[in-house]
Amino acid sequence: MDIFNFTRLPAISSFATSIDDVIGWVTVLVGFWFIVTEVVLFYFILKYRKQNSPKAAYITGEEPELFRWISRPHAAVLVFDVFIVVIGVRVWLDVKQTLPPEPVPHVRVIGQQWAWSFVHPGLDGQLDTADDIKTVDDLHIQTNQQYIWELEARDVLHSFSIPAMRLKQDAVPGRVIKGWMDANAAGVYEIQCAEICGIGHGLMPGKLHVEDAAQHTAWMQAHSPVARIAAN
Amino acid sequence: MAHAVDHAPAHDDHGHHEQSFFMKYMWSTDHKMIAMQYMFTGMLMAMLGGFFAYVFRMQNAFPGMAVPGFGLVTPADYNMLVTNHGTIMIFWVAMPVLVAAFGNFLIPLMVGCDDMVFPKLNRLSYQIFLLSAIVLIAGFFVPGGGFGGAWTAYPPLSAVGVYNLTPMGSSFWVLAVALEFVAFLLGGINFITTSMNSRAPGMKLYDIPIVVWTIVIASVLFMCSVGPLIAGAIMLLFDQNIGTGFFNPAMGGDPVLWQHLFWFFGHPEVYVVLLPTLGIVAEIICVFSRKKLFAYQTVLYTMFGTGILSFTVWAHHQFISGIDPRMANVFTITTLLISVPIAEMLFVYIATLYKGSITLSTPMLWALGFIATFLIGGVTGIYLGTAGSDIYFHDTYFVLAHFHYTFFPIAIIGTYAGVTYWYPKMFGRMLDETLGKIHFWLTFIPFNCIFIPLFFLGLWGEHRRIYSYELFDELWKYQGIRQFATVALVVMLAAQAIFIWNFFKSLWSGPIAGPNPYNANTLEWQCPSPPPHGNFAELPTVYRPPYEYSHPDRKEDFWPQNSPV
Repeated sequence: MDIFNFTRLPAISSFATSIDDVIGWVTVLVGFWFIVTEVVLFYFILKYRKQNSPKAAYITGEEPELFRWISRPHAAVLVFDVFIVVIGVRVWLDVKQTLPPEPVPHVRVIGQQWAWSFVHPGLDGQLDTADDIKTVDDLHIQTNQQYIWELEARDVLHSFSIPAMRLKQDAVPGRVIKGWMDANAAGVYEIQCAEICGIGHGLMPGKLHVEDAAQHTAWMQAHSPVARIAAN
Repeated sequence: MAHAVDHAPAHDDHGHHEQSFFMKYMWSTDHKMIAMQYMFTGMLMAMLGGFFAYVFRMQNAFPGMAVPGFGLVTPADYNMLVTNHGTIMIFWVAMPVLVAAFGNFLIPLMVGCDDMVFPKLNRLSYQIFLLSAIVLIAGFFVPGGGFGGAWTAYPPLSAVGVYNLTPMGSSFWVLAVALEFVAFLLGGINFITTSMNSRAPGMKLYDIPIVVWTIVIASVLFMCSVGPLIAGAIMLLFDQNIGTGFFNPAMGGDPVLWQHLFWFFGHPEVYVVLLPTLGIVAEIICVFSRKKLFAYQTVLYTMFGTGILSFTVWAHHQFISGIDPRMANVFTITTLLISVPIAEMLFVYIATLYKGSITLSTPMLWALGFIATFLIGGVTGIYLGTAGSDIYFHDTYFVLAHFHYTFFPIAIIGTYAGVTYWYPKMFGRMLDETLGKIHFWLTFIPFNCIFIPLFFLGLWGEHRRIYSYELFDELWKYQGIRQFATVALVVMLAAQAIFIWNFFKSLWSGPIAGPNPYNANTLEWQCPSPPPHGNFAELPTVYRPPYEYSHPDRKEDFWPQNSPV
């Protein structure tokens, strides 16, 4: 259950829930400190106003019984940080440092001013063959199937972002960056470019079409260049 | 000895005869006049940066409308406004006002000497700064228009004219930024040397007021971090204009190199502007709670620690930029570690209020407002420093709201705290407290109304620097929230007129302040208001630390640093 989904978006990838959980735990841990600190601050402001407290005390802050009030929270913040690092790094390892074992289908994602181009592997499941399906601004994938994406940029930096998957990766010209994705709910979701790429930066909304196996095969058959030639 | 190095001829007069208008206001080597030049230039630039924010927020909230005072906003205009709003607010407002204006005004007065160690270098620093501002603004009017590739200027967009469509504007922008860095390098030399070499007799290192320490540490951080970026700026200028390929992958360069050079400077830069504000806030809360600063030495070493750590966190801006993903783990750890000293600073400031006697004057409201809101900026940074959640938050409005919750308290709240607190010293008259408090609330409440909603927009997936969200179905439905934030911005900007009115009205008709209106201890309050050329009639001798308020051995609740008994 995705109790920590604050994004008002569906969580369609298998790592979306893990990222939501990081956000949720960070909210709990830093929320605690935020509330405690603000409450103490406002309490002191009200309690020690001049009309309630006409004469200030002389405190250097080096008295051990008072300095404890700084040094102990200080140590506690460090402990909380360790928790957050562990939670965050575990998810990072899964999303960004691991690729699913081959064979899985690859899709090529190319950012350029100002559109996304996608190369789908087609019916043969292989990129760079005659039945690759090329589209602009529409990416089609199958539910419950892991994909490896190969991200490229033709001109400037772009950033391939699918909020419903909690997926984001910059595209860098001259590099091919690989990562993975999957989706467990059919539907149409938004693709953004999240890195400023010139005057058309706002004109790069793509669509992610998540289809179940039958629909996806039908789409591939309808759009595969090889199948189309055979049908003619 | 230290008081007599490199003095300009105009300086030897010590006010014995009138200087010409030109020498006094335009060509001055007096640290106080240079501080005023920096402050007024910074405030004029803040008006420009605020106007830019107004224009692009109006377009964001009401796409396609002719914005009153500007007209129709094209996508190119939008990018140019967003880019230069960020550039101006950080490099031409926060830096000149917090570091240069307060550094110049306060350091000689607070360490008890007559001027900076190198007054002519100081004058040159401001002149280069002014030139950099002129180059920046000139860049808005060249063919093709001003640069619109974001204040981070990532290549290849910033490097290649056919990609950014502003080939001249982007060169002017880079040149202006590089000149601005040179100006602050020159200024920083003075802040460090004056604080270390020109202190009044008796002032030991632990007797230096915190605000002086913070400006010194900020200057050291700036000097240590800016070199790579100046080099990067020159490389970018070469890529733009003479066909080199430092950042061009087709020629063997690498766009990500720029990001490292930029953020190796850019992250310490956050602490360069944060530290002076922390210092200003420390001075104000001690005076207006009549308390000694809690654990002075802990504060000082925490600041040193923050400064050192700030050099190890830069790649948290680049988690998803294509760097080796293993690096993200290291930078997650260092980034979360830096929350420890920052939390410690805020704890210490709150502890200083404990058993104090608090007067909620205008400067105190700003100082407390800083603590209350900077905390929000701090805790939301944890979401972004944690690589796992940054995958989602990177380049969203959550990031934008986060850094406005750091920079707004630092640059705007911190500046108002400092200006309202030292106004009597700068101009010899008191500001109007009622107008000051109205201005505080009409800035503080709208500020929160602007940026709290933007946190939620970011959380709901809104990405940054988008001209209009009409094309994004998942985001367009939140248009009402964008309009709310924009209305709050307009209210806040309008409220700044109250400050300007108060500032100029009090110059002529404010009550005469006298040398020490707050019964404060530090040395700047022990000379006349405003201090004459040369500052002190007789250079002071220091007998004690700066924050001996409410000392049990003394009848008065303050004990000036230069008081012999």
